[in-house]
Amino acid sequence: MLLGPALAVSAVLFTLGVFGVLLRRNAIVIFMCVELMLNAVNLTFVAFAQSLGVAGQLFVFFVMAVAAAEAAVGLAIVLAIYRHRETVDLQNINLLKG
Amino acid sequence: MSLTELIFWAFAALAMVSAACCVTRKNPVASALWLVVTLFAIAALFVVLDAQFIAVLQVLVYAGAIMVLFLFVIMLLNLGRPGPTDVKGPLGVGVAFLLGGVLLFQLWSLRQAGPPEPIRLPPGGMARLQQEQGLVAAIARPLFDTYLIPFEITSLLLLAALVGAVVLAKRKL
Repeated sequence: MLLGPALAVSAVLFTLGVFGVLLRRNAIVIFMCVELMLNAVNLTFVAFAQSLGVAGQLFVFFVMAVAAAEAAVGLAIVLAIYRHRETVDLQNINLLKG
Repeated sequence: MSLTELIFWAFAALAMVSAACCVTRKNPVASALWLVVTLFAIAALFVVLDAQFIAVLQVLVYAGAIMVLFLFVIMLLNLGRPGPTDVKGPLGVGVAFLLGGVLLFQLWSLRQAGPPEPIRLPPGGMARLQQEQGLVAAIARPLFDTYLIPFEITSLLLLAALVGAVVLAKRKL
């Protein structure tokens, strides 16, 4: 059984994703880091499914559907922002700061 | 160390190294391609963990569809050319290392977690289930039976995302 090692790998991948979100300013790279975090969680689901039944794998299926929807809407938002401001650097996109 | 463990650790190392490259590369195109490598390595880990169908989905949906969408947007916005780095300054790097370290410490201590004995399948239970019912049927049966309503709601979600993406990305309706 590889549950422990899979959880360890998943922890490292999730942390790398969070690290990327904190470190970068490019909106698209931040998006990719979010996808990395989703994948780390998927790995956890699959690892637990090995000992708890097939429901974990079904959850991965749903997570993938939500990730696809999120990527489509998110990238459309990035496109719309780029059209207005000619940049995807999050430092220059601070309308909500007040 | 058995052959399965050897394969697991090889692909786990590949996934972690390429994820680190994905986070640190300056060029968004390089980042995206490293992420594709990570997704393939995770698909291989899924195979090792008895989730072959999910591994196929991972390659088709993530490495295929979603990453092509990312690369397409990067090309469309012309972000592939070399430019100034988008990595934050020393303060940002420090905060990122601090928070990342704390998070890794917390998640790392959870790696010994496991389900309680009474609800645990016997070792090799998942492989036996897949052998009896077939790889796809083992997932498809509960999906169209117990989880039918969530499945239908997912299709509504995808429709809403489709409409939303068109509305947001279109110049003028």
